[in-house]
Amino acid sequence: MCGIVGLFLKNPKLEPELGAMLAQMLDVMCDRGPDSAGFAVYGSGTPGLVKLTLRGPAGTDFAKIGTAIGHPVMPRDTHAVLSVSASEEAGVRAALARIAPEVRVVGTGSRMELYKEVGLPADVARRFGLEGMSGTHAIGHTRMATESAVTTDGAHPFSTGPDQCLVHNGSLSNHAGVRRQLAREGVRVNTENDSEVAAAYLTYRIAQGDTLGEALTHSLDDLDGFYTFVVGTESGFGVLRDPIACKPAVMAETDDYVAFGSEYRALAGLPGISSARLFEPEPAKVYFWDRAA
Amino acid sequence: MRLALTPAVEAAVTVDLASSSLRELNAALHKLAPDTTEAYWKIANPAGRHALAAGLDAPVTVEIDGPVGYYCAGMNKQARVIVNGNAGVGVGENMMSGFIHVKGDASQSAGATGNGGLLVIDGNASARCGISMKGIDIVVKGSVGHLSAFMGQAGTLTVLGDAGEALGDSLYEAKLFVRGSVAGLGADCVEKEMREEHKALLAAKLEAAGLLGAVDIGEFRRYGSARTLYHFHVDNVSNY
Amino acid sequence: MTDMTNTPRTKPRLSATFDEYTLSEIRRAAATGIYDIRGAGAKRKLPHFDDLLFLGASMSRYPLEGYREKCSTEVLLGTRFAKKPIALKIPITIAGMSFGSLSANAKEALGRGASAMGTSTTTGDGGMTNEERGHSQTLVYQYLPSRYGMNPDDLKRADAIEVVVGQGAKPGGGGMLLGQKITERVAKMRTLPVGIDQRSACRHPDWTGPDDLEIKIEELREITDWEKPIYVKVGAARPYYDTALAVKSGADVVVVDGMQGGTAATQEVFIENVGIPTIAAVHQAVKALQDLGMHRKVQLIVSGGIRNGADVAKALALGADAVAIGTAALVALGDNDPRYQADYEALGTTAGAYDDWHEGRDPAGITTQDPELMKRLDPVAAGRRLANYLAVLTLECQTIARACGKSHVHNLEPEDLAALTIEAAAMANVPLAGTDWIPGRNGRF
Repeated sequence: MCGIVGLFLKNPKLEPELGAMLAQMLDVMCDRGPDSAGFAVYGSGTPGLVKLTLRGPAGTDFAKIGTAIGHPVMPRDTHAVLSVSASEEAGVRAALARIAPEVRVVGTGSRMELYKEVGLPADVARRFGLEGMSGTHAIGHTRMATESAVTTDGAHPFSTGPDQCLVHNGSLSNHAGVRRQLAREGVRVNTENDSEVAAAYLTYRIAQGDTLGEALTHSLDDLDGFYTFVVGTESGFGVLRDPIACKPAVMAETDDYVAFGSEYRALAGLPGISSARLFEPEPAKVYFWDRAA
Repeated sequence: MRLALTPAVEAAVTVDLASSSLRELNAALHKLAPDTTEAYWKIANPAGRHALAAGLDAPVTVEIDGPVGYYCAGMNKQARVIVNGNAGVGVGENMMSGFIHVKGDASQSAGATGNGGLLVIDGNASARCGISMKGIDIVVKGSVGHLSAFMGQAGTLTVLGDAGEALGDSLYEAKLFVRGSVAGLGADCVEKEMREEHKALLAAKLEAAGLLGAVDIGEFRRYGSARTLYHFHVDNVSNY
Repeated sequence: MTDMTNTPRTKPRLSATFDEYTLSEIRRAAATGIYDIRGAGAKRKLPHFDDLLFLGASMSRYPLEGYREKCSTEVLLGTRFAKKPIALKIPITIAGMSFGSLSANAKEALGRGASAMGTSTTTGDGGMTNEERGHSQTLVYQYLPSRYGMNPDDLKRADAIEVVVGQGAKPGGGGMLLGQKITERVAKMRTLPVGIDQRSACRHPDWTGPDDLEIKIEELREITDWEKPIYVKVGAARPYYDTALAVKSGADVVVVDGMQGGTAATQEVFIENVGIPTIAAVHQAVKALQDLGMHRKVQLIVSGGIRNGADVAKALALGADAVAIGTAALVALGDNDPRYQADYEALGTTAGAYDDWHEGRDPAGITTQDPELMKRLDPVAAGRRLANYLAVLTLECQTIARACGKSHVHNLEPEDLAALTIEAAAMANVPLAGTDWIPGRNGRF
């Protein structure tokens, strides 16, 4: 039960503003989810390098960890980003597990960085310096926990594949069964959270050869309950609402951007919003905006 | 007709929600007496706030410049509320009387459980428009989403555009008029003959919405309850 | 040929699984094709307050002297946000029951009895009647998915608003009222055709989930200028989460109704198979409030099978601020009274078992809209019986509280309790009598 925001820029001139725009959207959604917040930003990437987003307990000395594993890290509060070549990734992960077992890799990808923490969304955004981040697209989430614990692990977004992340508003009614099916297929879901099951499900389908659009379409058959998903990938973002579509969703599109909000309030501060095309995504219809397209 | 009377706009009380609070505004609106001279209110910078102008009970006009959040003009009595923008979930929910005019689109559950008055939406209305309606008249110039008029008990829903899936599911006695296509009818909702009395009823609703003559009544089709679910019966088991 | 006459015969044996009730229900279902609908709450045996005992004072603690040393019972509801919280003289309220399911005389009697004792009554599905408002000093107005008879004038003349998400007899289900009871007056109040079987929604039409409930509560507060306490009522299924979410959504008071809680009319299969017992629900709800630091700040009302002052005291000891009674209040008015035994038999039942409240043929004139039957209930006398009963519940509760050394019934604690069974110990989170063992204590709740 939560608030979702998403922003996909069409106009590259806005890219330096991405973080500031998303921070303001997230801030307005505090009421819908006061427990925790998180966001994924798709920024610049270096060909051949993989970005690992690390998360550690408060006070983790990331600089020291970086020195120990021989790779510089970019710390941001309880998180840090580390870029390694694809061939080094396994070695770095092993070194991390050895040197700093309390530090977790919460996201990987060529461009995605992922931050989430317990606390009021506005504070979380400030702690990570979201306002100063740039990129092409980003999604964010404010959480009012339903059944799983209020922890950083339970915060959104959930990333279960490279450059993939998902935020969710709603409540799945068959996530325990889907979790068991995924486990039989060797897919591990780390938290009790129903939303992570949805993320893992999509990653699993993509690994089976589905496009993101196909994976989302399949989820209409396999995931039961009420949901609005916003899903980020390396090149874009997708939106899906369940066939009953109880949870709110509103979108705005201009020549410069496509924006998603659980409520219009989240979009109210965007540039040119008064002349944007506003619409609500239809139930059971997959929407996707892609940079490559 | 009283709704046609427009109080002098130049005498409007102006409230800017960028500087004053929603609570102050609603409290001031609730205090208005039936014979108030402050009969026209202009609201700036609503920015999607919720419960704007909810619970009014005075013959005044409130014109809101911009998009509003959930439950705008909820439970309205007597007042005329104009939204120059889009409306969020449940605009005019449980409205009793008066007039609400949304000049943009309306989100889900517009006019939900409304008992009376007129709700006009210039754009599209999303899912569940007129859900459990109990006497309200709703006129949507665009299209309506799925499950509109779900369990509609009384009143009319007039749609100039198209209707989504499961229109009028589990319908009681609300009357539905749709000019465009209907993606699908819900359980117990059937198309019914458009007799003269229904044309007259539709004409009256269109007139109230200022649309008489603007559209051809002959293009509308009427939908209503088949009344097969009015008593529990084993043969209807697939519809429960 | 063997002579069978003197051979011992096996006594006919009825199945414990296919017992007589089950067989009759299979035959009824096969004949009609419709599920059984009835009133009242769960009738199966469940772990209940009977399975808990109080540890009275003796040497390690001192009791209070009955009648002379004060044991207060007043309760303040809605202190979190409401400008006008509700003050009740006793921690026992009357649960929501609709006009429609109950006769006007029954509603009046509830108002009279509750007002005489300084407590509140609650409307139900179908709106507020003038009789009810007039006879209830403190009236809680239910805000239900169907919104039958819902209007802002009644919202403003109520003393509190109860947003009903669910009830214990049917968490996740909607209301029902069958044609026999949809008289002209009931139909008009609900904007329905006379005599049809009403179908009620199970979800609210304009919000789903706590994030949107928060906005709905804001609207209700704005409409009533932040004066009225806002309750959120849930049927006990996942009370830990539901209580926490009600608090996060901005509720002043949370009402948790256990599966023994009654209903006017619901599928039997729903009543007996969905939800959890009241003693299991209280503990989870209290834990949620404690985890949020909101225990006693957001008040908790518990209902579902409260019958006597011991039940009241036990619910309070587990952490509730007040209880609500429904079925017991109807019995106090005269429901299922043996003096109508002949009438009950004519309906194919017996006094004490009558639960076809939806049929509107109640011999006691309570769950009916039949004007002749209704006349059987004198609202003044029935109101007096309810007041007497409430007085007894209060006295009994005070008796126990004093025995535990408490000068206010709210000072009863879980530590004043012991459980008779392992089930009750685990569900209510109190030790098995004579031990310090709480089964499942290391669980999440």
